[in-house]
Amino acid sequence: MSAATDSAAAPTAETPILELRNVSKRFVKPLDAAAKIANVFGAGLKDEIVHAVDDVTMTVADGEVVGLVGESGCGKSTLGRVVAGVHPATSGTVLFRGRKLSTQSAAEARDTALKVQMIFQDPMSSLNPRLRVQDIVGEAPRVHGLVDAKGMEDYVAEMLTRVGLDPSYARRYPHQFSGGQRQRIGIARALAVNPDFLVCDESVAALDVSIQAQVLNLFMQLREQFNLTYLFISHDLGVVEHLSDRVVIMYLGRVVETARTEDIFTSANHPYTQALLAEVPRLDTRKRKFVPVKGEIPSPLNPPPGCHFHPRCPHATERCRVEQPLLKEIAPGRWSACHLNDGA
Amino acid sequence: MANSDVPTLEVRNLQTHFFTRAGVVKAVDDVSFAVRPGEILGLVGESGSGKTVTGFSILGLVDEPGRVVDGEMLYKGENLVNASDERMRQLRGNNIAMIFQDPMMTLNPVLRIDTQMIEAIQAHENVSRAEAWERSRAALQQVGIPAAEERLKSYPHQFSGGMRQRVAIAIALLNKPDLIVADEPTTALDVTIQGQILYEVQKLCEETGTAMIWITHDLSVVAGLADEICVMYAGRVVEHGSVDAVLDNPTHPYTHGLINSVPSRNKRGQPLSQIPGMTPSLLNLPPGCPFKTRCPRVGPDCEVTPEITHPVVGRDVRCHYPVPAGEDAARAGATASPEVTA
Repeated sequence: MSAATDSAAAPTAETPILELRNVSKRFVKPLDAAAKIANVFGAGLKDEIVHAVDDVTMTVADGEVVGLVGESGCGKSTLGRVVAGVHPATSGTVLFRGRKLSTQSAAEARDTALKVQMIFQDPMSSLNPRLRVQDIVGEAPRVHGLVDAKGMEDYVAEMLTRVGLDPSYARRYPHQFSGGQRQRIGIARALAVNPDFLVCDESVAALDVSIQAQVLNLFMQLREQFNLTYLFISHDLGVVEHLSDRVVIMYLGRVVETARTEDIFTSANHPYTQALLAEVPRLDTRKRKFVPVKGEIPSPLNPPPGCHFHPRCPHATERCRVEQPLLKEIAPGRWSACHLNDGA
Repeated sequence: MANSDVPTLEVRNLQTHFFTRAGVVKAVDDVSFAVRPGEILGLVGESGSGKTVTGFSILGLVDEPGRVVDGEMLYKGENLVNASDERMRQLRGNNIAMIFQDPMMTLNPVLRIDTQMIEAIQAHENVSRAEAWERSRAALQQVGIPAAEERLKSYPHQFSGGMRQRVAIAIALLNKPDLIVADEPTTALDVTIQGQILYEVQKLCEETGTAMIWITHDLSVVAGLADEICVMYAGRVVEHGSVDAVLDNPTHPYTHGLINSVPSRNKRGQPLSQIPGMTPSLLNLPPGCPFKTRCPRVGPDCEVTPEITHPVVGRDVRCHYPVPAGEDAARAGATASPEVTA
């Protein structure tokens, strides 16, 4: 597997389990008939294009937990979906264990799809309310021939035990469970096809603190048991700090900073990361003076030119308004996209 | 902040029950607290702990089959429990305002912002439309909405989530209330937007002396914002004291567990200390302490509902075996409970 050796992103040991090279995802809203007619008369209307993910290059090493952080609308969920194969990338290459997703044969693609599983934010909307838990968890392994009809009951029971649910609940429906239990069903469903890689999209955001702690512990325990790799998408920096080995910060579709978790939380480089960290409420800061970042995330339909963060950045210069900063390695394993790093 | 001794709102032994076909749900069971002018009280609890129903009870918004069955809510000495519907209507939005988690609960989607704001002013005061408009504009500016004049003409859907919440807060501020009940107003927002809103709220309470009840499940927000904290569990306040004291030295095992399950308090990568089990159903709650099934310090006395005690000065705690200062709840429980049973 030599495909990944000339990796452009942060180098990690061996072939990374996942590699993204210049991956972009654009959503295009084509012109409707009325607009097309208007264009005939010179209205000059254009397709609406959203650059949800814009030229992202990153790697995830085997067994690593990578936290993907950003505000709503920054494209983190879209990136997660591209990785999980829900959306195809518009351009760029996604490599899973060094092999391009786009050139895989049908059988290979199916194997990859099984190896990458996704856990969603709201278990109520990602679990079919009309199916019993045994069908929710057991359907995929049955279809993919991992288990036969006779063995299914035992198999489902084993999966439920793995995530800390009583196997006797297998005949219940999702609405008969609490939020935390439902999230566990979602995890059991993902684990049922023996994945290597889990994309967790805000998987603990909807849970109460005490339940969140239980689910986070479960994630960590499963990681050790089954040598899982996670792409953990969250807006909650506290959770990401706790769980991740490495953190990727996104802003308006672009990666602005990547570093090991300790480095990000002790010495953030990018002004956006710094601002984000300053805003995180912590138990130990009391009666603090809130000093807010100005403005809010601009519309991805019409992002600002140059560095996307410049309208909100306290250090913005003329250069930031014009030129897009590239993601550069500023220290071993630390990447940041900011002109300020180019010296004074 | 004159006469800050007189509380803006004092809640005494509030009981709000829901009479469902399946039985009586004691959503709020004997809750007492007070907020003084300029003070922010954090009401913390997990889903189903009764924190929202407490907020709704204060504004008289509890619907059938729910009812405030007992207790007093004294707004500047006036008992709101006995207030007529007409009196409540006068107070609501004028003296006492509420901010909801979802701003679309406050805003009418088919009316422009200016229409809604002017209506809120004219419902309580006899002022001209022009004056009401000017006050609306000032309120939007106060919560940091740029180009307030332009934005007044917009419809709610033309605002982003954070901006919409600001509009909801601006509407709450319109009539300069003495008390604002904020029910998870920043839960759905991004951290940077949350920071902006907390900044506005903090400034407001300092400058105008508005008292605030901040209902949330997020302990870290309360840590940065509030003066006092009430921790609720299964309809009861289990611990009440100043933010510093409660967060640094929690005495109720539930508060202890809650603080320890916040990721930032734990070492990275280490398992989080978790509270086993889940919140009990409030329907037919078994007698005794509702936390006993999840508590590491449970003992024989827990079969009896604990009354409020004061193990530390200035602290109300409902627990038979409070955690002594500086001790680890779980470890203490492991050694303490056999002693008690013996």
